Amino acid sequence: MSTVDLTLHERLEAAGPELKQISGPGAFGGGFKRFWSLVWLIAVTDFRLSYFGSALGYVWSLARPLLLFAVLYTVFSQVAKIGDEITNYPVLLLMNIMFYNFFSDATNGCVTAIVFRENLVRKMQFPRMVMPIATVLTAFFNLLSAMVVVFVFMLIYGVDPMWTWLLLPVGLAPLVMLAMGIGLLVSALFVRFRDVQPIWAVFSTALFYASPVLYTIDNVNDEVKTVLQHNPLTGILESLRKWMVDPDAPGGITALGGYSSAIVPVLGCIVIIVLGVVVFNRESKRAAEML
Amino acid sequence: MSDEPLALTVEGLHKSFRIPEHQVSTLKERALHPFRRTKFHDLDVLRGIDFSVDRGEFFGIVGRNGSGKSTLLKCMAGIYRPEAGAIRVAGRLAPFIELGVGFNADLTAYENVQINAVMMGLSTREAKRRFDEIIDFAELRDYLDLKLKNYSSGMQVRLAFATMVQADADVMLVDEVLAVGDAAFQQKCLDVFWDLRERGKTIVLVTHDMSTVERFCHRAMFIRHGEIELIGDPRQVGLAYLDANFGRTDVQVADDADSPAVTLNAGWIEAEGVIADSARSGAEFVVHLDLSFHLDCEDPYLVLTLEDEAGVPVTGFTSDFQLERVTDGHNVIVRARLEGELANGRYHARMRITRGSGRQHVLADAPAVVMLHVHGATDDLVGAVGLPRTIEVDNRAPAPAAAGPEEGTE
Repeated sequence: MSTVDLTLHERLEAAGPELKQISGPGAFGGGFKRFWSLVWLIAVTDFRLSYFGSALGYVWSLARPLLLFAVLYTVFSQVAKIGDEITNYPVLLLMNIMFYNFFSDATNGCVTAIVFRENLVRKMQFPRMVMPIATVLTAFFNLLSAMVVVFVFMLIYGVDPMWTWLLLPVGLAPLVMLAMGIGLLVSALFVRFRDVQPIWAVFSTALFYASPVLYTIDNVNDEVKTVLQHNPLTGILESLRKWMVDPDAPGGITALGGYSSAIVPVLGCIVIIVLGVVVFNRESKRAAEML
Repeated sequence: MSDEPLALTVEGLHKSFRIPEHQVSTLKERALHPFRRTKFHDLDVLRGIDFSVDRGEFFGIVGRNGSGKSTLLKCMAGIYRPEAGAIRVAGRLAPFIELGVGFNADLTAYENVQINAVMMGLSTREAKRRFDEIIDFAELRDYLDLKLKNYSSGMQVRLAFATMVQADADVMLVDEVLAVGDAAFQQKCLDVFWDLRERGKTIVLVTHDMSTVERFCHRAMFIRHGEIELIGDPRQVGLAYLDANFGRTDVQVADDADSPAVTLNAGWIEAEGVIADSARSGAEFVVHLDLSFHLDCEDPYLVLTLEDEAGVPVTGFTSDFQLERVTDGHNVIVRARLEGELANGRYHARMRITRGSGRQHVLADAPAVVMLHVHGATDDLVGAVGLPRTIEVDNRAPAPAAAGPEEGTE
């Protein structure tokens, strides 16, 4: 036996770098190019499936946020009368609903991203992080197509075009990153704990009301404001409000109470993203066995 | 060891699964019992696997269900993470554990092939370029615009197999994909495997069908309880595998439960020249038996009956042992050759040793010494066995008089 081992060892050395060690399943791996080809292909086909599956695909995908907008606008402008104090309230409300809709679709979609593709995970070798990231990307495509409607509505309503509209990507970047971080976390946890799905569904609904979507930071009382200032979404949504619809709004940093107190939600955001990547990376090595 | 460069090496591979005794699958349970340690027991599936495959080699891995062969394949494919050991590959490796994994029924053939091919490691551009070859190989050019859900299952399998072949990996890991599709497609798969073999592709094939291993593989490995039992010549491995499956059995004296009358040292079937547990209907196959006697007896006779699944005798053999008297320790080798059409299904051979040819006095009775799976019977086989037969049919056109009314209308 030892002679055989020796020859194998010698042949291994002779083969040199051509023989590459297989690192096993993981979140990454397989090269950057392959990773993005897969993410792109899966996101594009999922996006097209949701739009071309039915005759009125695009209309249907907008119907839910638009109906939600109609209901909430009626309630908050006619019954609760919040809307009167806020500049361009209908436009702001529609835009915020689209942003939150993206956040909610992306994270809730990520919960099942690995488990629902169990067959692929157990029988194919690919970087596992492709699945949640493709889910976020699909939701992002949906957001982009919804933004077309938002901009049309803005112009019809009479919001003057501003140069700060160009800052839209700057505002969306942290939103996408946050959705991705949470998405990675919940998709990895769902493999282990199957009640993550209902828990996150309830939590994301609660977060809808605990973020400045229906209202703004400057028309809530101080207790609520203190709570809001710890929510990473507050800074993002308030920044976008200032840039997109209301130049007189306080803006993200001011809404969070200045630079010193803005550190908490910003750090929170970064911690969530790092935690998401670390947990996903750890869990993805065993995901195929635990499904 | 040959001089070909190495394509795949596996060194000291260990893999175990942690089986929880009490599965915590919700956060609620975790929160209710935060300090309860989950107890695990480790199930060792692979215990130290070492082997290497040369470039251009066709390497077979056989083993029974639960022997760890599929786990080994998944470790090599990078789907499972082994506890210890190293796997090294030269070039691109693609696993084919199941055909058409991840096919989406709502997408067209083109979109499915793109995703599948990129999963298998092709670049997007290569996947686009090879699409025509894939579609031609799968013979699906007329159905390009259909969604996959409108394809028959056979068409889906063809598409998946074509994608796999065109994915053009340097090392292919194949898990029993040959067992799908109709006879014509299976033949095409076999042709492709011959072609790949000719082109010097490295293929690792996991199967429990011995005839595939013997027909295709240059070398084979037999895994048992997570350890390598034997590596080497496919025929040797095949014999070891069949031996382990059926094993040595003692056949009791018919009316005495304690003393064995005969020991079956080995029993196997050879079909079309290779050891097999399956045979094509109509092909010649040979039942091999290696027996040792433990009794003294005059005028022994062998009755070997081929029975179907329900135990109904289909056909059989009978022979004396060319001996007037057999004594303790006598070793006998039997080769029973049969050629003829059999209906598809599972068969087993029942061995009886009798005194005299009258078949009344049974000395020993072994209900199933070998098993055989018969496939590929043609449609013109009626019943259980096809005997040499011809049938003639004369037909006569109806007499004009009988068909009168119709012709009379003109």
